[in-house]
Amino acid sequence: MKLYTLLLLLFCAFANAQDEKNAINTTIEQGYQLVKNRTMGNCLACHMIQDEKAPGSFGPPLVAMKARFPDRSILFNQVWDATTMNPSTSMPPFGKNMILSKDEIEKIVSYLLTL
Amino acid sequence: MNMKNIIKILSFLLLINSFNVFSQNVASDDAQMFKDYFSKRFPNIEIEEYVDGSYIFDEDAKEQWLEIEDFPPYEFDIERGQELFETPFTNGKSYASCFENNGIGIKQKYPKWNEAQKAVITLEYAINQCRESNNEIPLAYGKGDIAQISAYMAFTSRGNIIDIQVSTKESIEAYLQGKKYYFSKRGQLNMACANCHVATSNLRLRNEIPGPMLGQVTHWPVYRSKWENTGTIQRRFKGCNTQVRAKALEYQSETYRNLEYFLTYISNGLPINGPSTRK
Repeated sequence: MKLYTLLLLLFCAFANAQDEKNAINTTIEQGYQLVKNRTMGNCLACHMIQDEKAPGSFGPPLVAMKARFPDRSILFNQVWDATTMNPSTSMPPFGKNMILSKDEIEKIVSYLLTL
Repeated sequence: MNMKNIIKILSFLLLINSFNVFSQNVASDDAQMFKDYFSKRFPNIEIEEYVDGSYIFDEDAKEQWLEIEDFPPYEFDIERGQELFETPFTNGKSYASCFENNGIGIKQKYPKWNEAQKAVITLEYAINQCRESNNEIPLAYGKGDIAQISAYMAFTSRGNIIDIQVSTKESIEAYLQGKKYYFSKRGQLNMACANCHVATSNLRLRNEIPGPMLGQVTHWPVYRSKWENTGTIQRRFKGCNTQVRAKALEYQSETYRNLEYFLTYISNGLPINGPSTRK
């Protein structure tokens, strides 16, 4: 009986960890899809991402994001409303102008931090 | 000196300055300023080259474009435009009767400020005013007959140097309104015309390079592959508004006319090379 409980607990813990990992992967994958979608993030219109076709050059390349944005919230705010950092920026305020939801921007940020 | 006095002096200086706006010509300062801006940014490109739009930044694209211009898709529009232009109205008169030099080779003077109407008159607007004064129904703006007549009139003006006058107090106000519109952010994407056509010239939006502000007006009307026909510059204004997810204005609305006035003035000194083709 004891052994059975132990095994069950172990199994649950493992399954949980696996679920969590899957969830993170899904979030990143959804973020990637939002980044690529021309009517959603459409980030490639202005930003280069390695291995992606036909990127624009209005904005800086999206590379080394973790090093450039050690604080996740600064990157989130940049996508939410870039005009707070630079009022004349060409970057649309995705959150403030309701182009994307808070949840969608969180997913995009998760993806961007993998670059 | 205490704070109050400083503020008094400052506001006095501001007041004097606001009078100055009308005593000197802001417009001619602007035209020089934008030309200086582009020649400083792209020292290897002559000002005259800007009539070719973004092709000046991309040799391959320019080659392809020049090949299209060998057998231009707007050729039919010029012929049809001439036919329409020369067909008399019901009263026997024709378009020629409404324009200086019978309407030949005059595009470089439009848009022009009309002191009597207190309004900016674009070429297409003048074409319809001509129709109305001859008891004809005005044409629909944007494409079709009006774009073809305008294409013919541009064709007869090729090589003529753009010479827009902005001098009276009210014409300067119209000019400034157009300028303000060009530099104001709008739409869900929060973008000003200037965001794509001034600050970021020679940078890419995906695969495309937006045309620089200087020379933006010289080649209209344009046969756009995207449209698969020929359209007027204000049709493009509407497209730009829609692209930044703003509400497009009406054709020949006061704001669009003023915008065209401002934009054309900036290209003073460049030759008319319309009609042309664009992607």
